[in-house]
Amino acid sequence: MNIVVAIKHIPSIADDLPVSGNNVDFDSVDFVLNEFDEQSIEQAVLVKEAVGGTVTVVGVDLIEELDNILHLAIAKGADKAVKVTADEPGADSHMQAKWLSEAIKGLSPDIVFAGVQASNDLDGQIGPMIAAHLDMPYIGGVSSVEVADGTATVNKEFAGGVGAKYSVSLPMVVGVQAAAKPPRYAPISKVRQVAQTATIDTVEPSGDASSGLTFKKMAPPVATGHAEMIDGSPKEVAAKIVELLKSKGLA
Amino acid sequence: MAPKFEKAKAIEKENIVVDGVDISGHWNRMFEQRVITEYTPELIEKIADIPNAESFANCYQCAKCVAVCPVDVVGNYGPRKLYRYAQTGMDLTEAPELWLCTTCANCLRVCPKEVNMVKIMPAAREQAILDGKFVPNELQQAFENTAKSGNPLGQPQRKRDAWIKDAGVEIPVMKDLGRKVDVLWYVGSYPSYHPRGIDAASAAARIFTALGIDFAILGKEEKDDADSQRLAGEKGLFEMMTEYNIETFNKYEWDELVVTGPHELNAFKNVYPKYGFERPVVHYTTFLARHLDKLKPMLKHPVNKKITYHDPCYLGRHNGEYDAPRQLLEAIPGVELVEMGRNRENGYCCGGGGGGMWMDSFTAKHTNMRLSEKRAMEAASTGANVLAVACPFEVSRFSDAVKSTGNEHVDVLDILELLDRSMRGE
Ligand code: SF4
Ligand code: SF4
Repeated sequence: MNIVVAIKHIPSIADDLPVSGNNVDFDSVDFVLNEFDEQSIEQAVLVKEAVGGTVTVVGVDLIEELDNILHLAIAKGADKAVKVTADEPGADSHMQAKWLSEAIKGLSPDIVFAGVQASNDLDGQIGPMIAAHLDMPYIGGVSSVEVADGTATVNKEFAGGVGAKYSVSLPMVVGVQAAAKPPRYAPISKVRQVAQTATIDTVEPSGDASSGLTFKKMAPPVATGHAEMIDGSPKEVAAKIVELLKSKGLA
Repeated sequence: MAPKFEKAKAIEKENIVVDGVDISGHWNRMFEQRVITEYTPELIEKIADIPNAESFANCYQCAKCVAVCPVDVVGNYGPRKLYRYAQTGMDLTEAPELWLCTTCANCLRVCPKEVNMVKIMPAAREQAILDGKFVPNELQQAFENTAKSGNPLGQPQRKRDAWIKDAGVEIPVMKDLGRKVDVLWYVGSYPSYHPRGIDAASAAARIFTALGIDFAILGKEEKDDADSQRLAGEKGLFEMMTEYNIETFNKYEWDELVVTGPHELNAFKNVYPKYGFERPVVHYTTFLARHLDKLKPMLKHPVNKKITYHDPCYLGRHNGEYDAPRQLLEAIPGVELVEMGRNRENGYCCGGGGGGMWMDSFTAKHTNMRLSEKRAMEAASTGANVLAVACPFEVSRFSDAVKSTGNEHVDVLDILELLDRSMRGE
């Protein structure tokens, strides 16, 4: 079985996001693997462990630092790695989905995993767009995947704790919310070993599919109001809340 | 010539009958063959076959180690016991016991056979990690944090020197300074991020400044030493950090590296030479004790406290520094220094070494009390009202422990904080 994972390298939001001009200051921000992709790599490896096959991880190399991430994925159980050498730190999800699809096509995948969303574009579009480009069905918000006889059984999460089970004929694209198990830890000794031995296939970006959006302005949000803390006994607090609601014409 | 001594003869009756039963025997007769084959050496060999863990097989079960093992005081532990467990069927690479040793080195101090847990444990743990065996979650989190953020707390690298603006003195950063300094001060992760650690770091900065030391820090370029992660089995992570740190240290000109923490001292002084870094490194206690003549007149305000000092394993047993911390404490006017029963070479362990710092909940499940709690009780029993420490792991550990054992009246303070108080009169 050909299992493919499409991953995304994104600016870290562990700290305040540096802004320069009308975009993120890509030179002074660290890039990290999208956290949903950590889940989707784990889910892909779990499927491989259950039914066999190979896991190929594909990502767009935006700042020439993707190798570390690909090595990590191999240390966690992926078999092959491919990078699309774009060197365009600001490439949006539409462009990346197009490039990834072109790279994935040649791999004749049975199942493609993508993180359900990422914290940069936050549009949850990579998975659905890859599915559209590859002409495959897509299910997102998935929290576990089992494969048997050319069919995937996936659990999808809905709001309010509701879940649904779908059976889908392969090939398909899955948007992973959470893997069936927490992502495993890859010891750095292993990652370093991989870094010495593994080869990463390289492909040029091909195809053009911009979202058509242009950034006019980017600025850190300005804190406007702040919360008012009400002190006192529960009774006093309740009385003050009622008063407050009345004063705002809400009660 | 007749022999001087005759060979002793066993005094033995030919025949003994007790209550009509003949129980005659020979003095060295065994009534049954002693069973020595029911245990296989396989699980001992499995450990001893791992490079660096060979000495595990040396054990001849004398049990000297068990008497001094801090984990045995709160549970069932020590190299002798691990050897015996392995003999009777425990695979150490899969057992919870693998994660309980703090690499405190007290067993090594007394072991006649040089069974060295400080080498055995990291090797066996590394094997377990590489084989995908069980690793406590909290520990994995610390590994991930170190790999991703450069510190086990998972704090952003960019905030590493955020503490310096509130220290009350100017703290030069190497990168901005652009010249050689006498002292490169490696602050460390806990002193950079943990609120109680920051208290000690700020105190250190004020003391260095008052002494007129020409020092600077690495600021945002500083990353964790990862020595405890190495001892917890993540050698690859340690090597990755080591390469970065050595490169960063060598980028700048300085004469001496002063560290806040004993674990960093151990890494930079004892382990880094294997990676080609051999330069002078001292712990702050050793460094300040050297400046005692100048420091002493500055310690103007009495600190009227009864203080007991906890020897950090990695400052004391691992690096032989027992005197400097005591000299510093005794230099503070008003201080009455009292010792706990276990001190210096036989000092008890706070439980934070060898990765224990990040396995508190796990360890708690396999012991009847935290090591830090045991030690906090020992400190309280001396009648001291301050427990003085010299390791950044300890302030938070012991602060929790004095609370959980009902000894809130004992203040846990770094020696740096005590010196600073005496200097500034707070
Ligand atoms: S002191 Fe050494 S030889 Fe004696 S029981 Fe302990 S480990 Fe074995
Ligand atoms: S190193 Fe310390 S904790 Fe580990 S077995 Fe020896 S005495 Fe016990």
